[in-house]
Amino acid sequence: MNLKIGVPSKGRLMDKTFEWFGARGVNMGLAGADREYSGAVEGIDGVELVLLSAGEIPRELAAGRIHLGVTGSDLVREKLADWETQVAELALLGFGFADLILAVPTAWVDVETLDDLDAAAAVFRARHGFRMRIATKYHRLVRDYLREAGVADYQLVDSQGATEGTVRNLTAEAIADITSTGATLRANHLKVLPDVVIHKSQAVLFASRAADWSGVAAFDALLSRTGLVRPDGI
Amino acid sequence: MPVSTAARAEAERLFAAFRDAGAVAVETDILQPAEILLDLYGEDIRGRAYVTSDPLRGEMMLRPDFTVPVVQMHMTHGADPARYCYMGEVFRRQDHRGPRANEYLQVGYEVFTRDDPAAADAEVFDLFDRLLAPLRPRAAMGDIGVLMAAVQGLDTTDLRRAALLRHIWRPRRFRALLDRYAGRAAPSEARIRMLQSLAAGPVADLIAAAGPMIGQRGPDEIAARVAALLEDADTPAIHADQAAMLDRLLALTAPAPEALDALRALAIDMPALTPSLDGLEARLSALETLGVRLGKITFEASHGRAAMEYYDGLVFSFHAEGGDLPPIASGGRYDALTRVLGQGRSIPAVGGIIRPGVVALLREGRA
Repeated sequence: MNLKIGVPSKGRLMDKTFEWFGARGVNMGLAGADREYSGAVEGIDGVELVLLSAGEIPRELAAGRIHLGVTGSDLVREKLADWETQVAELALLGFGFADLILAVPTAWVDVETLDDLDAAAAVFRARHGFRMRIATKYHRLVRDYLREAGVADYQLVDSQGATEGTVRNLTAEAIADITSTGATLRANHLKVLPDVVIHKSQAVLFASRAADWSGVAAFDALLSRTGLVRPDGI
Repeated sequence: MPVSTAARAEAERLFAAFRDAGAVAVETDILQPAEILLDLYGEDIRGRAYVTSDPLRGEMMLRPDFTVPVVQMHMTHGADPARYCYMGEVFRRQDHRGPRANEYLQVGYEVFTRDDPAAADAEVFDLFDRLLAPLRPRAAMGDIGVLMAAVQGLDTTDLRRAALLRHIWRPRRFRALLDRYAGRAAPSEARIRMLQSLAAGPVADLIAAAGPMIGQRGPDEIAARVAALLEDADTPAIHADQAAMLDRLLALTAPAPEALDALRALAIDMPALTPSLDGLEARLSALETLGVRLGKITFEASHGRAAMEYYDGLVFSFHAEGGDLPPIASGGRYDALTRVLGQGRSIPAVGGIIRPGVVALLREGRA
C-alpha cells in the first residue's frame, strides 16, 4: 500500500514543506496544470502526496485516511481531543512559527497580566450584565488554558477570520488569536498580554495512529532517508 | 456507555425510597436553555456539556444536572417548604478518553425550607447515609460557609476579600491571590512596570496616550480600575499569621468531631469563624440525634472547592473504598443559587444526587 502524506495545498506552508523534504532527498512538487491540486513525489517509491487545506489535515489524520500529515501543532491540539492518542509527532519542522496569544485594546492601561484580565472581567460583568467576550477560533485551547489558570467571568465568541476587528466592531472585548509578527494587532490598536502564551505553534510532521500501516513499505524508506524514528505504537 | 438495566432498577429503588421520605416526584426537560447554565457555571460548562442549537429557542444544552431546572421550577411555582425527588439521565461531554461516562442516571432529593438549616442538612445526609450503608462507602463532608467566613474574617480590604471569595472554587487562583496579598509571592515584572507607569500621571492622559478607545469597556471603567489598583498597591500585606491560619484551615482533614475541635481552636484567633462553626456544630449534633456515627465522617475543609460553584454551605460526598469510580453520591447546600435564579426571591435549599449506575456496579461486585 502507498504511504499517503497530507501536505498543505498552498502558500508558504506548502513551499516550506516541499523544501524540508527536498533537503532530505525526497522531492515533492505539484503535478499537472498550475491550479490542479495534484502532487508528485520522487526519490522514494510508493509515496502518494495528498494536497489538503492545513485545517483539514488533523481530521484526515484522525480518520486514518492519510498516514502522515504536515500541519500546525495549534490545529492538531485544537481539533483533536486527546491528540496524543490520535496522532504522534514525528518531527518539528522548524517553520510556520506562531504564538496563540491574548490581546486587549492598547487603551486598557490597567491590564497587563492574566490577573488583570480576570479582575477586569469581574467588574465588566457586574457593569454590563454579560461576561467579557473573547473572540477566537481556538475554543478548546483557550478554554483549557483559562480554566487551568482559574479565570472567570469571560465567554468565548466564535470568530473564524478578521478576529482583530471584533473589538472595534463591538462584538468582543478581547481576542485570542495566532500571531507571528503582531503587526495586524498593532494596526487594530490591540496589545498582547506578555505573560500569556497559550500555545507556541509550529509546523509538525504528524503520523496517524488510526491509519492502516500494514504493508506500507515506503515508511521505513522515508524514516531512513530523513533520519527520523518510528514512533511508539505505529 | 448505555445505562444498564441494573442501574435502571437501582434508580427505581432509590427513587421509591426518596418518595417514601416525603418527596414529590418532579420531571425536568432534557433540553435546557444554555444561557442560564453558562451564566451560572461560566465558559467551562461548554467543555463539560453537550451544546446544541434550536432554530427557535437558540442554544440549548443536554441537561448536565437537575439542580438548576428543579430550583427554577420551585422558584416559579413551588410550595414552601417543599421536598422534591427526580430520576433521569444527565449528559457530560468528555474531552478525554477514559472511564468517565458521558451519559448516566441520577436520582436526586432536594429540600427547600426556611426551618432549621442544620436539621435539613442532617435530613439529607442521613437519608443518603442510610440508603448507601450496605455499600460501606467512605463519607466526606466540608463546609463552604466556613471557608467564606474565614475569608470574610481576614484583616484586609473589601476588594481583597471579594477577590478571594470569588475564587474560592478555583483553588489555584485562590492560592495565587492569597500569596500575593500576603506578600509571599513577588508581583510579576509586567505588573510592577504597569503600576509604575500608572502612578506617573493623570489616568486620562495615560489612556489617551496608550491608544484610541475601542470596544465596549469605557475610559471610566479603566480609570476606576486604575484607582483600585493604585489603592491596592498601597494596601499592607495580609498578616503572615492570618495567612498561615488560612493555610491550616484549608488543609484540615480529620474525623468530623476532631475537625470541629481543631476549627474551634483556630477560631480563638479568628473569631469571624464562630457563627459558621456554630452552624457546623448544630448540623453535627442534628446528625447524631438521627443516629449517624460522626466519627466515620471525614471532614475535609477544602471539600467541594473544585466542584460546582453554587454550593455555599454543607458539601458532602460518598465514595467507594479503593478503585477509581466516580463518587456514589454528592450534594450540598445552595442558598445563593435560589437567590440567583429566584429573581429577587430566595429560599434556603439543600440536596444531593446518587448515581445508581455506580451503586449497581458495587452491588455486582465489579468494582
